[in-house]
Amino acid sequence: MNILVCISNVPDTTTKIRFAEGDTKLDATGVQWVINPWDELSLTRALELKDDSSAGITSVTVIHVGEASSEPTIRKALAIGADSAIRVDSPANDSYVVAAQIAAAASGGGFDIIMCGIESSDFNGSVVGGMVAEMMNIQSVTGVSDLKVKDGSVIMTREIEGGREVVATTAPVLAVVQKGIAKEPRIASMRGIMTARTKPINVVEAVDSEQFSSLEGFTLPPPRPECRFIDADNVSELVSLLQNEAKVI
Amino acid sequence: MENALKSGEFLLKQVTPESVFIPEEFDEEQRMIAQTCQDFIEAEVYPNLEQLEKGDRKLMEEILKKSGELGLMGIAIPEEFGGFGQSFVTQMLAAETTGAGFSFSVAYMAHCGIGTMPIMYFGNEDQRSRYIPRLATGELIGAYCLTEPGAGSDANSGKSSATLDEDGRNYILNGQKMWITNAGFADIQIVFAKIDNDRVLSAFIVEKDYPGVVIGPDEHKMGIKGSSTAQIYYNDVKVPVENLLGKRGEGFRIALSILHMGRIKLGANVIGAAKKAINDSVQYATERKQFNTAIASFGAIKSKLAMQVVKSVATESAIYRVSRDIDNLAGRYVAENCEKGRASIDAISYYAVEAALLKVYGSEMLDFVVDEAVQIHGGMGYSAEMAVEKAYRDSRINRIFEGTNEINRLLLVDTAMKRAMKGDFDLFGEAEKVFADPAGAPAAATSGESYGEEMLRYTGNFKKCALMAIHAASSTFGKKLVHEQEILTEISDIMTSAYLAESLVLRTLKREMTQGEDAVFRAITNIFIFNTASEIRRSALGAIFSTLSPDEAEPVADAIEKLTSVRGVNLKEEGRLIADKLIEDGSYKF
Repeated sequence: MNILVCISNVPDTTTKIRFAEGDTKLDATGVQWVINPWDELSLTRALELKDDSSAGITSVTVIHVGEASSEPTIRKALAIGADSAIRVDSPANDSYVVAAQIAAAASGGGFDIIMCGIESSDFNGSVVGGMVAEMMNIQSVTGVSDLKVKDGSVIMTREIEGGREVVATTAPVLAVVQKGIAKEPRIASMRGIMTARTKPINVVEAVDSEQFSSLEGFTLPPPRPECRFIDADNVSELVSLLQNEAKVI
Repeated sequence: MENALKSGEFLLKQVTPESVFIPEEFDEEQRMIAQTCQDFIEAEVYPNLEQLEKGDRKLMEEILKKSGELGLMGIAIPEEFGGFGQSFVTQMLAAETTGAGFSFSVAYMAHCGIGTMPIMYFGNEDQRSRYIPRLATGELIGAYCLTEPGAGSDANSGKSSATLDEDGRNYILNGQKMWITNAGFADIQIVFAKIDNDRVLSAFIVEKDYPGVVIGPDEHKMGIKGSSTAQIYYNDVKVPVENLLGKRGEGFRIALSILHMGRIKLGANVIGAAKKAINDSVQYATERKQFNTAIASFGAIKSKLAMQVVKSVATESAIYRVSRDIDNLAGRYVAENCEKGRASIDAISYYAVEAALLKVYGSEMLDFVVDEAVQIHGGMGYSAEMAVEKAYRDSRINRIFEGTNEINRLLLVDTAMKRAMKGDFDLFGEAEKVFADPAGAPAAATSGESYGEEMLRYTGNFKKCALMAIHAASSTFGKKLVHEQEILTEISDIMTSAYLAESLVLRTLKREMTQGEDAVFRAITNIFIFNTASEIRRSALGAIFSTLSPDEAEPVADAIEKLTSVRGVNLKEEGRLIADKLIEDGSYKF
């Protein structure tokens, strides 16, 4: 079996977000770009499966939709252990565009399992995985917190309200994965970093795709209001503030 | 090697910004290696700090071995011995990053450096093939055993002895070593002892399981409590003759060469520790409110944050500058058919002046940074719950090990002078020239002088202060100068400050060539130059008035006043600019 892991290139989670060009663009000055945390966990799980000879995984490929500037992030995925990479040479304008590019590049690629993080930590759209499956006309399973391969079946654990559900299916399948899929992201080893140099990044041309949304602008959340302490005995003031100022009761 | 400087030659020659390496030039692979070191510390070290602090030897050994599995112990080891053969610059970047790992950093550096490299650099093929691949993966852990109860800074006075047994197959080793890092679990010990009645040391590879090796309990230390530090006793230990490292009597040379390497790597290590303390400081200052205001908004705190950054950036600039010089020199040695391992250690040893001054400055920089970190944390900084409390205690050892800062100060001046006497560069001739015409010494501003020209004029003048002090001291005391340690200490401080200042200016100028003018970096440079000028003035006047009669000293002192005259700096505003960037970014991103 061959696994394809979709990876997004996102600002490090500690980045102080600033905008440029009239609040229509992220100010990338000094931003450290990393693999989207959910995608990094997906990749880790895919590599764990490959390490387990009983799972029968032959290769792990990563795919990314983005421009050449995101290649360090792809190279990091290769250093962590992916065998090869595909970069679709297109700006990631919106979720539909990204999904269309992944679907086009992955179709006919012989991938049995496609893993998508549940969301990216920058735009948090949570839609790419489902769209890719629809566009490729393959089944998808969402909210996957564990994924195993046994005797040709793909067995996935889903987090559902009040518990878990285990589903089994056959390839090809797209799994939208969430927290729990791997314990900790795998750290790139020195050997991995050295071999990443020689692993291929296949750059493919973008296909024509409709774009259904365009960015109007960003705003930062308002500064957090001051925390106020009300004396425990002063219930009437607390109620009044909640009613008239916070307007929550 | 165009523009390459000999060690200590920076006092006489000015290099161009283009010729120096700056941290902004790390390539993608180097950044990835640093990220791996960082990820490892965050995943394996930080969650275990509390347990490590209790002196859990087993846990430290396990973490070290995990770092070996990841390949972090093989960064400096050539590929033919199972390592990754990385450049010295990369080794230093890994040393910097792991430097944020508290006592792990000490254990890791002791293994990778002084515990492994003596065999890598001085071992024969048999010794290397027996030990290096296993040291490179962490299968074996190494330790370096030089210090004895009666032999610290005077390392050659050790009492440990070795005698060849009757059948000539083993040395019988006896002695006692102390302050041995990794002693509790190291499999391989590099032990220095004198054979028979030799005047100088020899070095031996000793395995911990040889009968007669007795490891004492861990010392109770002020800091780095997670690293195992103990005494090791050797009672009639049979060491096979094939484990004599290098030639008989070569031990002292091996010990010194390895110490040069340890010193310069310490200079990188402390940068990582400083950045961690700065990050902790700014995070706390941003969260902590007093008078309904985050304390990071107060000028008194901003000035502390700014100075933490200024000193760290300066150290970083100098460390990577000389690291590239070492890579270049090692490359030249290899091109001249020198064996790779020997080329590396010879190149590191060659830059002994810079290694010593960076050890001194770096360790004192870190002490400053962690002290201010505790102060920024106020009462919480004194609580063992906070990382800065640990950082404060852990920092202190850096001024003591790898040669005390006092020894290193003397050593760096002595080495520069010896190199000059050997003919490497005309230090004394130039010093005499500057001294002979004190009034003409200070370089005047040229009309239309650019920012870069102005800054380099200042650093050039700083170097002239060193030359004046060197000439005054050497011509007054001659060979007896070695006994004038107070004066040598002043001279070393001038040399150190001048090197740091010049390295920072060169970095700033090189950055501007590609990234344009950066107000924050200029502020860092301006403040460093401003502060350094007054420090150099004090040291130079101290050296001159301790050397010359008042009449002789007067014109020289006048010149020193002019040589250390620099543009005024609005410390408040420029400091705030630096601090505001740090606060805005939330961590050190310079």
